[in-house]
Amino acid sequence: MNIWMNFFIDSLAFGATFIYGSTGEILTEKAGHLNLGIPGVMCMGGAGGCLMLNLIGQSGLPGFLIVILGILGSFAAAMLCGLIYSFLTVSLRANQNVTGLALTTFGAGLTRVLMKKADPVVYLVGPKQLYRFPFADRTDSLQLLGVLWFLAVAVAILASWVLFRTRTGLNLRAVGESPATADAVGINVTRYKYLATMIGSGIAGLGGFFYIIDYMASQEAYLSVEAFGWLSIALVIFALWRPHLTILGSTVFGLLFSCSSYIANIPGVQVTMAAKPILKMLPYLVTILVLIVTSIRNKRENQPPASLGLSYFREER
Amino acid sequence: MRNGKKKETREPLIHLTRRDTMHPAKAWGIRGIAVLLGLLVCGLAAFLLVEKLQQNPGRIGEFYYTFIKGSFATQRKTWKFFKDLAILLSIALALTPAFRMRFWNTGAEGQTLMGVWGAIAVAFYGGGKMPEGVLLVLMFLASVLCGAIWGGIPALFKAKWNTNETLFTLMMNYVASYLVAYFLVVWVPSGSSNLGKLKYGKLPSFGHDYLVIILVALVLTAALYIYLEYSKHGYEINVVGESVRTARYVGIGVGKVIIRTMILSGALCGLAGYLIAAGLDQTITTESVGGQGFTAIMVCWLAKFNPIGMVLTSGLITLLDHGAAQISQDFSVAADFPDVVVGIILFFIIGSEFFINFQLHFRGHEKEGIK
Repeated sequence: MNIWMNFFIDSLAFGATFIYGSTGEILTEKAGHLNLGIPGVMCMGGAGGCLMLNLIGQSGLPGFLIVILGILGSFAAAMLCGLIYSFLTVSLRANQNVTGLALTTFGAGLTRVLMKKADPVVYLVGPKQLYRFPFADRTDSLQLLGVLWFLAVAVAILASWVLFRTRTGLNLRAVGESPATADAVGINVTRYKYLATMIGSGIAGLGGFFYIIDYMASQEAYLSVEAFGWLSIALVIFALWRPHLTILGSTVFGLLFSCSSYIANIPGVQVTMAAKPILKMLPYLVTILVLIVTSIRNKRENQPPASLGLSYFREER
Repeated sequence: MRNGKKKETREPLIHLTRRDTMHPAKAWGIRGIAVLLGLLVCGLAAFLLVEKLQQNPGRIGEFYYTFIKGSFATQRKTWKFFKDLAILLSIALALTPAFRMRFWNTGAEGQTLMGVWGAIAVAFYGGGKMPEGVLLVLMFLASVLCGAIWGGIPALFKAKWNTNETLFTLMMNYVASYLVAYFLVVWVPSGSSNLGKLKYGKLPSFGHDYLVIILVALVLTAALYIYLEYSKHGYEINVVGESVRTARYVGIGVGKVIIRTMILSGALCGLAGYLIAAGLDQTITTESVGGQGFTAIMVCWLAKFNPIGMVLTSGLITLLDHGAAQISQDFSVAADFPDVVVGIILFFIIGSEFFINFQLHFRGHEKEGIK
């Protein structure tokens, strides 16, 4: 495979981290909750999955069961974080920004404490090959497109379908735009907010898990998950709150992010060390640009949900 | 629910009403209880996470004592406690004008880092070429200017096109961080990105190295309190925060207030960056601010945007942070244990606000006179 192909597929694979993170955050934001805890949630998703694998990695269970249990462990841990967030912001009507930041502090810290207890030989070395099915034997970047990558694409498409083609999705969007109106037509606002936030968190958690177990497959990987959580929040804007667009957006982010490590190998291109940070800055600059352009064009369907960040109390009109 | 039509429909188990006001003493009491409950849960978490405690549960008393020990055991630690408090307080104060205006500035991290960068850039290029006093003044101006620019850009777009400020300022943090990474590559020829301590541009120390920082933070607290409570600007900020429509109606130029306040907020962040650069580090890394820009958001909110209250809340967070760090040392847990402790306590304090703002009415305990 030539270097361009290798670079492209690497970026495509890397993107799955963001697909999960952003799809999860989109579901949450569509319910009107800006979850700044996503970086912490993604860390905890990674920790949950790895700790599960730490238990069963060498147990001799059939491979597909190990894969599924790992995914469930990751999803469950992240969902619990989502539960803390929803309880505080939905039931107790706490400030969403503050709750989210506290969750990020908590989740990232707890992940680092927990991961020091896990044994990389057990949770990483064996299971890594299982998660890289069907291309585990390849030596180029194609090996990175594993089970979790395909799941990411499926989840993003499914999420878009649910959001924009089903009654449930319509109700959820109504909750995010105007909870009082949704409440008046008999939609259970609290239930939608809880479910969207918790399922969204669970999905986001898989992003952290994918990054640790498949993309990086290293015992140090959990340290950088938090940074990609913030990038996932950026990608939500870039994808204009549409989960299927995160597939495209995440590849662009992946290309921008990993080009700094590939560009030096491309013949004919001279880059200095100083160019690397500038290249890594690009995803954020592009996000800012998208944010500005969408706000100037002010098209209704490209805006954040109208009640984003506000808590809903029925008796307050 | 009125008395007349009782039990026709099933009443919910818990009925909520918003409280008008609560006596401050009672409110602080509730927060105090929340902190205590949080500490209790931290103890439980410690049993799950800290092996030395599992082996010897009797050390739980020592566990709690360590919280105090981490901040005040020695004179050096006490100074460090007040220094960290002062830096955190300065950043939280910087956020206050913006937050009072309901402008959710999540970019304090970047604005402060740009402040550090401004000062270090001046010291790097100008150090030794001018008297130290002039250099310090120029560093100060550079810090404040960089912070103001970093805060002003999102405000400009917010005022003109209502661009979402939370996400914009959040992204600016990373732009700042990579900008610093870029300059570290440019400034350090060896490629290690380790700038090392600069020889020039150090704030003079009166008695103790940290004293200047602590004094600046105190002056800042008083000044900001007066600015917000007693000046026309402060009043305008409050009106815009309460209702943009009201502000327009009474003739306040909302856009102007937003831009002016955010430039102030960014400039103050820059000042905090100056304190870090000239008062402490005399160097810069991408981690010079180290997440304090985010912690400050919580400090500011916990104090209900009240500058005086922030002295307490930043003290509480610093105390927990140092205490838990001491615990990681004494009980040999991972160095990230403080984050877990701070996170848990924050959850409890955040949750406790609900009981201050809302009143719960349980089914079957309906009293007369409740609307």
